[in-house]
Amino acid sequence: MVATAEVIYQRPESFTEVHTHYCPGCTHGVAHRLVAEVIDEMGLREKTIGVAPVGCSVFAYRYFKMDFVEAAHGRAPAMATGIKRVLPDRTVFTYQGDGDLASIGIAEIMHAAGRGENITVIFINNAIYGMTGGQMAPTTLEGMKTTSSPLGRDVKLAGYPIRMAELLSNMDGSAYIVRRSMHNAANVRKSKKAIRLAFEAQERGLGFSLVELLSSCPTNWKLTPQEALDFVGEKMVPVFPLGDYKVHPTLENLKV
Amino acid sequence: MAKELLKGNHAFAEAAVRAGVEAFYGYPITPSTEFLEYMSARLPALGRVFVQAESEVAAINMVYGAACTGKRVMTASSSPGLSLMMEGISYIAGTEVPAVVVNVMRGGPGLGNIAPSQGDYYQMIKGGGHGDYFPIVLAPASVQEAIDYIGLAFDLADKYRAIVHIVVDGNMGQMMEPAELPPMREIPEKVPDWAVSGAKGREPNILTSIYIDPVDEEVTNLRLLKRWKEIEKNEVIFKEYAVEDAEYLVIGFGTAGRVASSAVREAREAGIKAGLLRPITLAPFPSQRLEELADQVKRILVVEMNSGMMLDDVIRIVKGKVPVEFYGRMGGVTPLPDEIYAEIRRVSENTGPGAEDPRDEWIPRLEKFISGEK
Repeated sequence: MVATAEVIYQRPESFTEVHTHYCPGCTHGVAHRLVAEVIDEMGLREKTIGVAPVGCSVFAYRYFKMDFVEAAHGRAPAMATGIKRVLPDRTVFTYQGDGDLASIGIAEIMHAAGRGENITVIFINNAIYGMTGGQMAPTTLEGMKTTSSPLGRDVKLAGYPIRMAELLSNMDGSAYIVRRSMHNAANVRKSKKAIRLAFEAQERGLGFSLVELLSSCPTNWKLTPQEALDFVGEKMVPVFPLGDYKVHPTLENLKV
Repeated sequence: MAKELLKGNHAFAEAAVRAGVEAFYGYPITPSTEFLEYMSARLPALGRVFVQAESEVAAINMVYGAACTGKRVMTASSSPGLSLMMEGISYIAGTEVPAVVVNVMRGGPGLGNIAPSQGDYYQMIKGGGHGDYFPIVLAPASVQEAIDYIGLAFDLADKYRAIVHIVVDGNMGQMMEPAELPPMREIPEKVPDWAVSGAKGREPNILTSIYIDPVDEEVTNLRLLKRWKEIEKNEVIFKEYAVEDAEYLVIGFGTAGRVASSAVREAREAGIKAGLLRPITLAPFPSQRLEELADQVKRILVVEMNSGMMLDDVIRIVKGKVPVEFYGRMGGVTPLPDEIYAEIRRVSENTGPGAEDPRDEWIPRLEKFISGEK
């Protein structure tokens, strides 16, 4: 009897064959994989230039098998702008966390959107600074305990969570701005479709595209991986509603 | 090509265009703004890239990104803008990608003013950004010289994969002078093999300034240091005037050096054996030449438009062989030839031992001079 095997799951071509440094239960790995799968499916790997941020995903370039640069904290959209303008036929994306994008880099991200830079941004929102060990982020929920809000975020003193997708959707240069979540399989699939549309926006030259992904940080939240995913679904989604905040008409009926 | 009457900032920008700059990312700031304005019209007309960034921070990071593609890229700004750019400059240096940054210096610290100054000497020459790196710094003294050295700045940046600063002051950015522009250079089509362009048919290129293992970082620091030693050996540029039999050496760069050259000429006419050393590369500094001249002359006068920053380098190199004196104007004040001539005359008549810190003798002289001016 001849045995036959069907490949149903394998490492994307856009991935290197190394283990990531991410903590068990962290959703960075899943988000990386979704981006890699989309780049594979669209056949973009050999023309893509990624821009890594500062934060937990600072070593993203070790895991993506493609040209990559490493930006200063928050400056990835500026760096991506510099690259995209001189190489307009390449695919350029940034991968940024909430401290990077919504705090120190808020000027760079808003203006990249304002200019309608034809780049794609994957925005990981896990409501905390991961790499530095769990400090309050601009996206930290009210009352959430972090190492720099030990009594819980007091909005009277430390302000309110910033909703980036809503903000960026108001920029005329934005073509595709959506928020998805990574807390269960159904939402991961929706996240992948959104990432696909974001890259489709860029390939069609429609302007700035961003997918905000609600993500978990079990280590700094001090929860088990499953508890952390539940926290995303139960606590984060109500503050950061999932949805399509801006979709260019060209993308509305696109089947992917 | 014939000489034309050119405004400094416009001439520098056009020289960069002709040297093959493919992208300019900048932010308006006096007294360098005309550089950006010129590029905003000129580069798109040539099908090249111009972006007015939201800040100097963004501008230098756009330069950083474009530099990673191996294209010739630049920005131009002025002192407070350079402070903001120092983050990106350090990253560019750490990633070992080429870029040219022009600083049209103005009075400071803080908001200061928009008048010409050389107060950024330490910031530009000693690094300015964080970490162990060594920028090349060119200090031209006329519109023509700036035009001539902008092409060299790009060549040096490419050759050493280094950051190259051109420092001028507001005088040079704003003045109009007759000057001749070079012919337009071809833009090379070949992408450097280290550049990011999409990993088509090759292994990915990764450009980063992070070396998480301290030993890897140390190896990088050592590579940058050894490269700098090569630069020190090969790339020193300076101009001299009347040094052959000089007994009194005046040292100044940029506008201060140019004003000093008038004063030295006047001193020669008056029979004072004065000579001028004008460094064009402030980094690498013409140390060897200064050491030779320190063996020849009786006394040295350093002239700057700051509080005596290059002075410290001169003192270090001269090693007490002869007394070093200082004359500086600060805050955006440009010294007049007569002021420097009076200083040369004074120095030529001074047989004293010289102060340990030449500023100690200069401060009361300057205070007296300012009270007379007011």
